Amino acid sequence: MKAKTGLTSNKVKANANGKANGRLMELRLYVAGQTPKSLTALANLKKICAEHLEGRYKLHVIDLLKTPQLAQNDQILAIPTLVRKLPEPIRKIIGDLSDQNRVLVGLNLLETEGGK
Amino acid sequence: MRKNRNGNGSASAERLEKAPTGIAGFDEVTSGGVPKGRPTIVCGGPGCGKTMFAVEFLVRGATEYNEPGVLMTFEETSEEMAKNVASLGFDLKGLAERKKVVLEYVRIEPAEIHETGEYDLEGLFIRLQHAVDRIGAKRVVLDTVEAIFSGFGNTGLLRAEIRRLFRWLKDRRLTTVVTAEKGDGSLTRYGLEEYVSDCVIFLDHRVTDQISTRRMRVVKYRGASHVADEVPFLIDERGFSVLPSTSMKLNHVVSNERVSSGVADLDEMLEGKGFYRGSTVLVSGTAGTGKSTLAAHFAQQMCRDGERCLYVALEESPAQATRNMKSVGVDLEKYVRKGLLRFEAWRPTQSGLEMHLLQIHKLVEQHKPTAVVIDPITNLLLGNRNELHSMLMRLIDFLKTKQITGFFTALTSGRNKEIEESDVGISSLIDTWIFARDVELNGERNRCIYVLKSRGMAHSNQVREFFMSKEGIRLLPVYVGSGAVLTGSARLSQEARERAENVLRQQTMVEQRRVLEGKRKALEAQIEAMRSEFAQEEARVALVTKQEEQRERDLSQDMLEMVSFRGGARQGKAGVRNGRVGDGHEG
Repeated sequence: MKAKTGLTSNKVKANANGKANGRLMELRLYVAGQTPKSLTALANLKKICAEHLEGRYKLHVIDLLKTPQLAQNDQILAIPTLVRKLPEPIRKIIGDLSDQNRVLVGLNLLETEGGK
Repeated sequence: MRKNRNGNGSASAERLEKAPTGIAGFDEVTSGGVPKGRPTIVCGGPGCGKTMFAVEFLVRGATEYNEPGVLMTFEETSEEMAKNVASLGFDLKGLAERKKVVLEYVRIEPAEIHETGEYDLEGLFIRLQHAVDRIGAKRVVLDTVEAIFSGFGNTGLLRAEIRRLFRWLKDRRLTTVVTAEKGDGSLTRYGLEEYVSDCVIFLDHRVTDQISTRRMRVVKYRGASHVADEVPFLIDERGFSVLPSTSMKLNHVVSNERVSSGVADLDEMLEGKGFYRGSTVLVSGTAGTGKSTLAAHFAQQMCRDGERCLYVALEESPAQATRNMKSVGVDLEKYVRKGLLRFEAWRPTQSGLEMHLLQIHKLVEQHKPTAVVIDPITNLLLGNRNELHSMLMRLIDFLKTKQITGFFTALTSGRNKEIEESDVGISSLIDTWIFARDVELNGERNRCIYVLKSRGMAHSNQVREFFMSKEGIRLLPVYVGSGAVLTGSARLSQEARERAENVLRQQTMVEQRRVLEGKRKALEAQIEAMRSEFAQEEARVALVTKQEEQRERDLSQDMLEMVSFRGGARQGKAGVRNGRVGDGHEG
């Protein structure tokens, strides 16, 4: 439920406890209004974060309908786009994040599928 | 010029509103520009100039038509783009600062992107909308939007999004130029032309014989008439320019004014007045027949008459040409200094045909001459006659609309009748065609010149001998007799022989006249003698007659006296008086 309200606030911050392989992951989710795809993406992301990044991530949800000027910096084209700002290199995951495995690979959390 | 273009645009505005691109020549070809408020595709292979076209459309829109624009690039960053077009004199950065242009670079990095489910390209729309809103843009350039196909995998979705994008642009009445890469056997690699049905422009860049030629073709222009031919264009330091194609109508203003050819004898062959102003003169001939000399004389004459002249030399450098012309009494340097003559020289192989044409266009615009000399025009094109023909047509058309007299020389190969025939292709373009050829006879080579045709005047049909000296050109009447045309020393010797014969004939005549005179005199003397003899005879006869009359009178008197002597007193008186005379006759 908190996730849904998160779309209207700009920033959702999970409790950052700093566990295991320690590095803080900075994530941005770009959406354009409360479209079904955006809502699905955010829900999926929350789930993944809870399962794999508990306590070591920071998430901003950016609604480009409100702040279109932010699209250029992260070179956003597709909506929704999840950007892993940190750790570098920057990675972009587009779509509603329904393919959890691919999201994990994209975030470099799943070593077995060729993520480095 | 610009106003004219706008005027043309508004003439067809009822059917389809057009947005002038401001690109030189393009708005003429399309009679007004690209469709206003709609997308246009500009496609072609790599390096064909589509980006230049798009950028110029945008920059001219922002600077000349007060239509701010968004330049959305997908392959080059804004900085790269600004740098690339700075060489064409476009200050994108400055325009961006003045809020005339928004530069939006869309970077697509396939390696960074992972697709994990459903998505759309709303981000692109949002960015475009945002950029448009920032400056109130009326124009948009997308260069090259197909790049998204390399970044995302879902082609079906991308196609739908592109269709939506074009719809979106149309709904917002944004005049858009979309560039696209040429595909194999199709206009664009991803078939974008199916989404844009209004206007498709194809640019081509080919290299023939190491010389590059750029061409443009309006493939499709819905609801508007346009030139469907391939039209040459080029990109130089002033941007993109499409060479105005030949107008379909032949409606040049025609002048009855005449301009001297600079050679009195040649003028004489042309009704004694020279060429028509604004006509096209071609002097063709084999090497060394004096074509350049004629051209220089013409240029000199124009300047002497206070007119401006452009001389394009393609064989010699200006310095060499002026030096050489001095040897035949033509001082071009003087007029160059005066600013009346513009002498330009460049190597014909230096660039493609279009570049030459454009260069001439530019020089004409700058110098504003009333006559243009190109020496020799054949050097512009090494080999391809078709292209020369089309280029000549364009050039002549351009000069004619400006009422500029064109004087071209053409080098022909070969040395007989075939020369004329091989040039028939360009004959129709030429108003006055002068032909120079050489005649070899008795171990010497002499130049001959004649007027092959000259429209609208009773030109001479004579072949003249072309004679150059320090005093300039003389066109001497050649010796025509006993079925042969003689020139040079043959002519001279023939003339000498003729002179000798003349003298002889004259001497005989004088002699004959003298003899005749003598005869006449003798005759006259005879007549005189006879006449005096006759007069004597006449006098004698007169005297005899007189005496006879007297005697008769005396006789009758005597008889009367005799009567009176015998009779009447009245008669007595007269008888006394006459009696004395009568005494003489008594004896």
